[in-house]
Amino acid sequence: MTKDRSKRRKLLAPIAETGHCGVFLMRMLGSIRFERELLISTLQQTYLIGARSLVIIMICGFFVGMVLSLQAINALQQFGASDQVSLLVGKSLFRELGPVLTALLFAGRAGTSIAAEIGLMKATSQIEAMQLMAIDPVQRIALPRFLAGVISMPLLAAMFSAFAIMGAVIFSVGVMGLDPGIFWSKLQSGIYFGKDFLGGVWKSVVFGGIVSLIAVYFGYYAKPTGEGVGTATTRTVVLSSVLVLIFDFIMTSFLI
Amino acid sequence: MKDPIIRINNLVYRRGTKLILDGVSMDIKRGSIVAIMGPSGVGKTTILRLISGQLHPNKGSVEVNGKLISSLSRRELYECRKEIGVLLQDGALFTDLTVFENIAAPLREHTDLSENEIHERVIEKLHSVGLVDTEELMPHSLSGGMARRVALARAVIMNPKIVLFDEPMTGLDPIAMSTVGRLIRTTNDKLGLTSIIVTHNVEQMKKLVDYCFILASAKLIAQGSPQVLMHDDEPSVDQFMNGRVEGPLSFNNQDDQSGPNAR
Repeated sequence: MTKDRSKRRKLLAPIAETGHCGVFLMRMLGSIRFERELLISTLQQTYLIGARSLVIIMICGFFVGMVLSLQAINALQQFGASDQVSLLVGKSLFRELGPVLTALLFAGRAGTSIAAEIGLMKATSQIEAMQLMAIDPVQRIALPRFLAGVISMPLLAAMFSAFAIMGAVIFSVGVMGLDPGIFWSKLQSGIYFGKDFLGGVWKSVVFGGIVSLIAVYFGYYAKPTGEGVGTATTRTVVLSSVLVLIFDFIMTSFLI
Repeated sequence: MKDPIIRINNLVYRRGTKLILDGVSMDIKRGSIVAIMGPSGVGKTTILRLISGQLHPNKGSVEVNGKLISSLSRRELYECRKEIGVLLQDGALFTDLTVFENIAAPLREHTDLSENEIHERVIEKLHSVGLVDTEELMPHSLSGGMARRVALARAVIMNPKIVLFDEPMTGLDPIAMSTVGRLIRTTNDKLGLTSIIVTHNVEQMKKLVDYCFILASAKLIAQGSPQVLMHDDEPSVDQFMNGRVEGPLSFNNQDDQSGPNAR
């Protein structure tokens, strides 16, 4: 009997945890107040997790753009359509690669640091100390980091795409000798602001929410030990990457 | 005892199937310094967590200032905690804030004081714990004794009525111990606080506290002033107060880390 029950509990654990995480999200959103303190700490966190991720995002974007145009030119040349390269690169960037790759990088760069930071605060009883001072740690610690993630993800994704386009221009015009006029005009006429660009922005807002929610949640409920913090960090990267890809498919099928 | 500030009545607390506290009752007098003592792992910290509302009793009640702690909502509990200062083990200072910002944190959260007033109050509290020119330091550059004093300043910045100390002397050198002990006494008397200290350091407590509760094997086995308890003939009290190996209390390694995390 008891074995049966524990088995069932194990099977249901992910569902229970999803619910728990949802409650945590509601608690966080419920503690939003329009006040100076929250604005300041959100801006601070946006700088720490957003602006500080900028360099890695730009470098990765640049090389993704280059490799994408290399592959595209290589494939399109077979049909004599290599002048369409900017269209292919642009579509795939704004719709998919920009938001998704940025989210994966963001999970590795910012998600881990959020989870480790909050987990460490917990391990050193700082979270407990806040609760005892009647300061709500969900409002003061978790919420600004979550909001900062939601704000910075679309901005980072835009930066990623911009640098990828730059990489594509440099490679296809500079190296492969494509005509710059054709490159830009194809890009301008073929990419739609609403469907392609805003679709990507929507995705990256959602991905930013997913990654930072998971990071603050795992950090906040980490076991207050060194091992617990390590586990929280690892789970943050793994789970948020998987969820980003799952949600990417779901959102794409609605947006397309 | 008239009008105790904290009244603990027939408290029972279980963790899993293990009985941590079994029918403990205490009345804590306003304005006094009280120690809760006992061997490691006996549930001393658990009592502090029950007083501060981090844990809920399985049976019995904890009344602080006439309010039944376990019946409060989260908001009411937070309201109530503004009157309770807590000094956790090792101080638990916010590592990414300066000493000044650490002490100012409760003021910024709960009051509308201007920057000047906050500055004035923080510096005053820092001076009262004997620290000068430390406000710009980061917690990691403080010694153990200094960190403990900063934590004390933070615990009393809101002018609470009650301060809870969780092992305030552990890990300090003898001089720092005596300094912190004297500070606890002076702050208690100057601000009219009630201080509750959880500790197993019998020597320091003899000098410091007005009243002692001794816990052993989940029960309250004795209470009274330290002088009286030192000469108590009851074998387990005598064994604990005088640190004897032989006696009715066995040395066991139950852990006392009854954090909210252990729930």
